[in-house]
Amino acid sequence: MSAVIETLEAMERPPVSMGSRLEGELLEVSMGPQHPSTHGVFRMNVALEGEIVRKLKPVFGYLHRNHEKIGESVSYLGSMPYTDRLDYFCSMTNNWAYALSVEKLAGIEVPERAEYLRIILAELTRLQNHVSLLGFLLNDMGAWGTPLMYAFREREKILDLFESLSGSRMMCDYMRFGGCRVDASPEWLARAKKIVDIFPRFVDELEQLIVGNEVVIARTQNVGKLSRDLAISTGITGPMLRACGVNYDVRKVDCYGFYPRFKFRIPLGEHGDTYDRLMMRILEMRESVGILKQAFEQIPTGPIINPKVKIRAFRPPVGEAYGRIEAPKGELGFYLISDGGPNPYRYRVRPPSFINLTILEDMCLGHTVADVMVILGSIDIVMGEVDR
Amino acid sequence: MIGTGILKGMAVTARNFVGSYFDKERLITVQYPEERNPLPENYRNFPFLVYDGDDSQAGLRCVACKICEKECPPQCIYIVKSDDKKPDYMGKPQFYPKVFDIDISVCMSCQICVEVCPFEAIKMDKDFELSTRERFDALLMRKDDLAKSNDYYRRISPTDAAEVDRKLTAAAEAAAKKKAAAAPAATKPATPTPPASNEPAPTRASS
Repeated sequence: MSAVIETLEAMERPPVSMGSRLEGELLEVSMGPQHPSTHGVFRMNVALEGEIVRKLKPVFGYLHRNHEKIGESVSYLGSMPYTDRLDYFCSMTNNWAYALSVEKLAGIEVPERAEYLRIILAELTRLQNHVSLLGFLLNDMGAWGTPLMYAFREREKILDLFESLSGSRMMCDYMRFGGCRVDASPEWLARAKKIVDIFPRFVDELEQLIVGNEVVIARTQNVGKLSRDLAISTGITGPMLRACGVNYDVRKVDCYGFYPRFKFRIPLGEHGDTYDRLMMRILEMRESVGILKQAFEQIPTGPIINPKVKIRAFRPPVGEAYGRIEAPKGELGFYLISDGGPNPYRYRVRPPSFINLTILEDMCLGHTVADVMVILGSIDIVMGEVDR
Repeated sequence: MIGTGILKGMAVTARNFVGSYFDKERLITVQYPEERNPLPENYRNFPFLVYDGDDSQAGLRCVACKICEKECPPQCIYIVKSDDKKPDYMGKPQFYPKVFDIDISVCMSCQICVEVCPFEAIKMDKDFELSTRERFDALLMRKDDLAKSNDYYRRISPTDAAEVDRKLTAAAEAAAKKKAAAAPAATKPATPTPPASNEPAPTRASS
């Protein structure tokens, strides 16, 4: 950067004094798409003044794979395994959001046991998503490996549960229109209950690592502040919105599934900085454990799938529906328009991490390059969902 | 005091490190190729074709109805239906697949083919060590590679296989009973009964 280029143009410019060092001149840096901290193939064009970010332009589309167009060309059921691949950390909640919108479209009732199973799996998904996010965030801050491995150890226990229930760790493809695919055995429920019972012990341990740690506090407090009004006006959802102190949770607002039957609180932040976003995940995990404990007590026996729903030749009536759930990353919605055919006329995903990512520049301005990584990590993005 | 947070964090690390020598919960890694965790029974990876009896080609349950080919989301199945009919495992003349290919580099193991198959002919395998040195032909599974015996299916997923066996024997018994009932009825010229070959298999999904 300090090399002097002896061109006519450079010589005609007034000399830059050593004191002002490129003051007013911005250096453009392309971060990514293969940067290890960008959580996938994500690129940022950053204009720097010294080390301070003055402009930031997110560039994405490297993982674009025509998800919505594929959804319009395969049958309704055929889209279900593709939804696993949107946010590959939370395939269960993706399945649920898609199943919910198709059920809304076709007016399908879901049996009680299936609703409870869905809640159990969604909350387990929330646990493992938040746990791995915290691991990655600490990784981005320079605590290489160790916290991430602790987080992945706990995540793997939950993924083992998913594997023994649905057959696959991450690509679960578990939910069907009008219920679930496989019934959970009593042994599975007992095993899940045991894992959930000892889970708070791990959350305590993780909290010990984070809370009060000088490095974490210095790197996160007052970094990437997001104001309440900006968050609302840009459509941010999920823990990021609640970290700004906005009480908005689709589980409470929309009352989908059997969530009104459960007692749980919505944790809210105060400052909207990265530290609040981090603590929001820890508090949400504690609430999820509470929901899971209630669900294990209340789960009834009975059928898990509505027998009226056909697997083959499923044709919902003409109409449109938007089904949304509170995915671990925010509001995940599927908008479907049916023309009465075997595949949707329009299939649109409202991905939480894509919309949360649009605010990145506003949060990063005025911070250093090293903070950009932490802020990006606290948004919790998965490129499979951003690019679709 | 500055540094307490870091010391607290180090205590957690130390507890995990020492604990890994005593607590099974803290030491969860296995030395993979030598040591293996047992696979859960519901585990699924790539479909295979089930055959009954000893002959892997004649005993195939598949009747080339092409439902799985149509329903497969990534379209990785390719079937060519036979021109002639051969007796299937129940002794009924049926079509059979002349070609049945699955491109496992495309397959995403979603098991929709298993769910839509009305003849219990395609099931999910548990074999996950499928790496090859060759990119093209080795990843295109032909009919001979896909055919695996019912005994194998019973071994890898005993609960599901027992359920399928029970369903199929019940269906065979029902079919035999119907045949026995239809045989005297067929002698009566007044009531026209449909020929047995047109009867759908009792396990066919009612759609």
